[in-house]
Amino acid sequence: MAKKVEVSVTVNGKAYSAEVEPRMLLVHFLRETLNLTGTHIGCDTSQCGACTVMVNGEAVKSCTMLAVQAAGCQVTTVEGLGEVGNLHPIQQSFWEKHGLQCGFCTPGVMIASIGLLQQNPNPSEEEIRDALEGVICRCTGYQFIVEAVKHAAQLMAVDETETGNALQIGEGR
Amino acid sequence: MIPNQFSYVRAESIDEAIRLLHESNGEGKLLAGGHSLIPLMKFRLTTPSTLIDIGHLSELRGVRKAENRLVIGALTTHREVHSHPLVQEHLPVLAKAAGQIGDLQVRNRGTIGGNLAHADPAADLPAVALALDAMLEIQGEDGAEIASVDGFFLGPLVTALPDTSILTSVSFLIPPAHAKSTYLKYAHPASGYAVVGVCAIAAKDPDGAVEFIRIAINGVADVAYHCVAVEQKLQGQLPTEETIREAALLAAEDGEIGSDHFASEEYRRHLCSVYTERALRDLLL
Repeated sequence: MAKKVEVSVTVNGKAYSAEVEPRMLLVHFLRETLNLTGTHIGCDTSQCGACTVMVNGEAVKSCTMLAVQAAGCQVTTVEGLGEVGNLHPIQQSFWEKHGLQCGFCTPGVMIASIGLLQQNPNPSEEEIRDALEGVICRCTGYQFIVEAVKHAAQLMAVDETETGNALQIGEGR
Repeated sequence: MIPNQFSYVRAESIDEAIRLLHESNGEGKLLAGGHSLIPLMKFRLTTPSTLIDIGHLSELRGVRKAENRLVIGALTTHREVHSHPLVQEHLPVLAKAAGQIGDLQVRNRGTIGGNLAHADPAADLPAVALALDAMLEIQGEDGAEIASVDGFFLGPLVTALPDTSILTSVSFLIPPAHAKSTYLKYAHPASGYAVVGVCAIAAKDPDGAVEFIRIAINGVADVAYHCVAVEQKLQGQLPTEETIREAALLAAEDGEIGSDHFASEEYRRHLCSVYTERALRDLLL
C-alpha cells in the first residue's frame, strides 16, 4: 500500500490532523474520516456540484480534489455555515424562499452560492444562473434557488451594514 | 470512484519537481489543480505511480506584461485568467474563453498550464493559444527553453512536453490595438466541452481591408488547428458577406476532422464553417 501522508487541515474553524492514503478524495475525508456527512456525493465526476465545499474562500468540487491537496487549507462545509436558531443568511433564504425540495443538492448549492456572493455581492439573475452552472438540482427547483440567492444577497447587504462582516465564513461562526 | 494507489510528494521548488520527475522514470505525473488529471485517475485511464504536487508553488502563478506579450504563470487558475485586469484589457478573447471552461468551481481549481499540458482537443484554450501565437516556457534538467504552441499538441492528450520537464508559463501575443476578437463555442450539451470552438482575431486597415487575421479551432479534430486557408483567403481583402462566407467554407481544411456518436465528420465540418462565419461577421462587418 502506498505510504500514508499526514494531512492537517482546518475545517469549519476546527483543526484536524489525520494520516490518509494519498488517493483519498477530499469528499471522502470529510464524510468518512471527519464524519461531516453534510457534504454529499452525487455524480462523482465533477458535474453535479453536490460535493461543493469552500477551500480557502473558493467554492470547489471536493470529489475532484485529493485530501492531501487540502493540507494547510481552510475548508468550510455546510456544517460550518450556521445552526438552528442562528442560520447563515443563505440557509435562512433557502428556507424562506423554498430553495430546496429533496435537499440532496442543497449543501453544495448553498456553498456555491456563497462563493458567488463573496465575489459579487449584488448579482443579477443572469449572473446567479451563470455562477450556479456547476450545481445540478434533480428536483429542478432552479427558480426558487435563484430567488433564494437573490434574497440572501439582500440579507447579507443588510447584515453587512449592521455588522460590517456578513461574508466572514470559514473561521467558524 | 477512487484512483489507483500512488505515492504523493509535495515539491518545494521547480528544481525539486524536475528531479522527482527524473527519479520516477516516466511513472510520475505533475499535479497542479488536478481538474484534468484526477478525473482521468478516477476512471483509471491513467495510473501514475507518483504524484508530484506543484500546486502551491507561488512562483508559477500570476500575469505580467512583457513588451507585446502577456506572460501567464502555469498555475494561474481559469478564474484568475478570466477576471485579471491585464487579460481583460489586452487579451479579452482569452478572458472570454477562460470564462467558458467548465463551471465556477472548476475554474477556481483548473489551471492554464494544466489545461494546455493535458491537451484535451475539446478544451477551450488550445485554439486561443494557437490564434494568439502562444509561446511555452518549459523547464527541464538542462534549463529553460521556449517552444511555440504550434507543434506542441501531437494528439488527444499527447504533447511534445518531455517527461522530465515542467510547463512553467505561457505567453500570448497582444494583437494590434484596433483588432477585434471572439471565441465562439458550440458546447456539448452534457459535458460542456467544445464540439466546436472558434477563436478569431481580426483587424482592418484604414481602407477597410483585412490587415491582421488569426483563426484557430478546437473541438472538431484530434488536435486544435490553425485555419491557414481561411486566413489566406481573407488577408488583404475587403470583407463582405460573400467573401466571409466563401472563406468560412474553408474552416475545416487544415484539421483532421473526427467523428463520434454525438457528431459525425460531416456535421463537424458544417459546424466549423457556420461558427467561423458567425465569428468573422462579428469582427469584420
